[in-house]
Amino acid sequence: MIRFVSYGVGAIFTLALLVGAFTPREAPEPDPIKAIERAPKQVTFAHEGIFGLYDRAQLQRGFQVYKEVCAACHGLELVAFRTMEDLGYNEDEIKAIAAAYEVPAIDEKTGEDSTRPAIPSDTFPSPYANDVAASAANGGKIPPDLSLIVKARPGHEAYIYSVLTGYEEAPEGFEVPEGGEFNPYFPGAVIGMPKPLSDDQVTYEDGTPATVDQMSKDVTAFLAWAGEPKMENRKRMGMGVIAFLSVLLVLSIISYKKIWADVKGPKPHDS
Amino acid sequence: MSFHWAKPYEPKNAVSKWVDERLPLPRLIVESLGTYEAPKNLNYWWNFGSLAGLFLVVQLVTGIVLAMHYAAHETVAFASVERIMRDVNFGWLIRYMHANGASFFFIVVYIHIFRGLYYGSYKAPRELIWMLGVVIFLLMMATAFLGYVLPWGQMSFWGAQVITGLFTALPIVGEPIQTLLLGAPFVGNPALNKFFSLHYLLPFVIAGVVILHVWALHIPGSNNPLGIDVKGPQDTVPFHPYYTIKDLVGVVVALLVFSAFVFFMPNMLGHPDNYIPANPLATPAHIVPEWYFWPFYAILRAFTIDFLGIQAKLWGVLAMFAAILLLLFLPWLDSSRVRSARFRPTYKWLFWFLVADVLILGYCGQAPAEEPYVRISQFASAYYFIHFLILVPLVARIETPKPLPRSIADPVLPSEAVAQPAE
Amino acid sequence: MATAETPAAAQPGTTEEGVRRRDFIHIATGAFVAGGGAMAAWPFISQMNPAADTRALSTVEVDLAPIAVGQAIKVMWQGKPVFIRNRPEEEVAKERAVSLSDLRDPETDQQRVKEGHDNWLVTLGVCTHLGCVPLGAAQGEPKGEYGGYFCPCHGSHYDASGRIRKGPAPKNLEVPQYAFKTPTSIVIG
Repeated sequence: MIRFVSYGVGAIFTLALLVGAFTPREAPEPDPIKAIERAPKQVTFAHEGIFGLYDRAQLQRGFQVYKEVCAACHGLELVAFRTMEDLGYNEDEIKAIAAAYEVPAIDEKTGEDSTRPAIPSDTFPSPYANDVAASAANGGKIPPDLSLIVKARPGHEAYIYSVLTGYEEAPEGFEVPEGGEFNPYFPGAVIGMPKPLSDDQVTYEDGTPATVDQMSKDVTAFLAWAGEPKMENRKRMGMGVIAFLSVLLVLSIISYKKIWADVKGPKPHDS
Repeated sequence: MSFHWAKPYEPKNAVSKWVDERLPLPRLIVESLGTYEAPKNLNYWWNFGSLAGLFLVVQLVTGIVLAMHYAAHETVAFASVERIMRDVNFGWLIRYMHANGASFFFIVVYIHIFRGLYYGSYKAPRELIWMLGVVIFLLMMATAFLGYVLPWGQMSFWGAQVITGLFTALPIVGEPIQTLLLGAPFVGNPALNKFFSLHYLLPFVIAGVVILHVWALHIPGSNNPLGIDVKGPQDTVPFHPYYTIKDLVGVVVALLVFSAFVFFMPNMLGHPDNYIPANPLATPAHIVPEWYFWPFYAILRAFTIDFLGIQAKLWGVLAMFAAILLLLFLPWLDSSRVRSARFRPTYKWLFWFLVADVLILGYCGQAPAEEPYVRISQFASAYYFIHFLILVPLVARIETPKPLPRSIADPVLPSEAVAQPAE
Repeated sequence: MATAETPAAAQPGTTEEGVRRRDFIHIATGAFVAGGGAMAAWPFISQMNPAADTRALSTVEVDLAPIAVGQAIKVMWQGKPVFIRNRPEEEVAKERAVSLSDLRDPETDQQRVKEGHDNWLVTLGVCTHLGCVPLGAAQGEPKGEYGGYFCPCHGSHYDASGRIRKGPAPKNLEVPQYAFKTPTSIVIG
């Protein structure tokens, strides 16, 4: 009895599916944009791989790029100034970095909205008071906060680097809509952000030549840190844990073989 | 419970005797983990039950600790998770353990299920163990779905949107049910708060059902790779120390693989879009659930035409639930008396086709809802139902199984250096 | 484990009675498991300790200009009240004349203020007995028998240097870390 119900139910679902499968449908039109979009470029970073750690000098350069170029439109609201000690800055330097930013505050006497210089326990502010202001200042698009941008995009560091270095002339016949710029590394090939970097835009304190390529790598590394400040702790602990478990694995396998010796016995030769 | 030759529990000192006379809890532990007799021929596919227990504990402990810092309100939920990642001592570790622990819980349970399918562990007298297992699986899926909403990222929000939207496929009662589940006619703060409460509750329900599952198992005792019954003490060994040590080896291997993910590729199994705060105005390009839902997502999206007066969307919902619920009936669909696929050559082929089919469905589940994936999903989903509802019952009736060995101890007695010809 | 045919003694790893020897390898494995468990437990305990943002030194800057002589104010710092008192010269002199042997928690007034700013008394507003907030900072509140602060919970009296003079409190009101940023403002913490 149960068998016939089963055959019946099976047949019904199968039929519903096969009718769908054999229903002719229009061949999908290849999306012309897909032919123009490009996968992220190949690029390597010091912090890649099992053993990779952040390059502090690069992080400091990247921070300089963020501060002088990106911070005009992009917030970093999840990153607290005090965490910048990861980059090698001392307490006074961090106080100075923080003090250069203004954060929302309330006037102590009148209660009105006001601003005050930031202190290390504050986080980086957004350049805009709210999303409406951000959108109004940027042609209807909101520049995303960069705190997690590296983790939030497929392709991660390679993607960010490719977008920053990927601005070029649109191909023949490609219409770039008003307010956008052509960038084949961005989904849809049209990005709302105007090309942010040009050679020598920033003067690096350590004298590294500030090419677009260099600045893009540096700011990407900085943003990777901003999204994963605990990466180095994570990898270090990981090494220790895997080493420990490997030893424990060997010990437990030997224990296992010893305990099972009397049950398994000497292996027969034809097993 | 279990077999009569199991060593009986004897309290060794006055304190344990006093406790045992009043509450037989030490006895219960010793008799289920110590002197419980298990077949001596279990292979490593039998480790996955204890591994599932391991990951349930991992999720419970990491989850309770995360709840000490998480805030379930839409304005702060995303930031509270980032605070855990950045400021809470070892918060990043606990969060990554919890996120990856969910994936590992599922992979371990899937292997555990497929072990059951291959070796006939769902057959008499273990039908109820199997059905309790299906209940655990459903609870796991609900828990995982609820938990994924909590960080309130783009995928959290839109995943909730899609899955609660499924209920609208039901005529008349659909939308009211959706509103009841969400606490509002939209996905928002009422849903987030409710999901947090339920996500905290369900794992304890899972733990309770797991206790029933193991209790039910200990009545007939464990199945084994040969699928034949235990005949006497020569076929079994006490759980301790034989399987405690074997389970330890399995646990260490599992923890090594788990650590590789947690420490070196913690975001590989996740979706980058969930690092974007939820935005009700911007739908992600491709809404995809976590990988362990992909096969079911493929089945859901495989129904594209209205059929027999039922809308395609409703077919998808019914089929998705049917795909899981039909597992409850498996002990009765598969009427073969032979348990283990080792002795069922035709069924063995079916089993491997099913594995391939589920992997194909999984791949389709993460693909965009375009050709050729839609058509592949349709054939692969059809095979899934054909497998369980038509082929398995059919093969059970017409298959000629291989002859079964006399007993478990038979092929493995060390004194038999050369196999005797079978009588 | 022993089958009917094989006597227990023939099983490797057992003694005559069939009891398994406590092999060193098993002790080693067990020790590693125990050690691993302890190491794994540590992050779960540590996460309950204050997080980095909580620990981050939060400072409070207070403008002293509006506080008239003889007045005091209360500000919040790290979740606790801080009393800031502008003491008249007579009060300062009176406290400096107190003999140390009269004090349960001997401290000179000079030790409890900043040099050059002797009129300013900055202390936590937390009674050292069981943690109530003493009265005496706001206008009209009782200052106790020693002209400083009075804790209504169990009757501790503090003087105008915040030192315990009478009642159950064991220690003087705590002086937090602070510094003068300008002659009329301080930064606490």
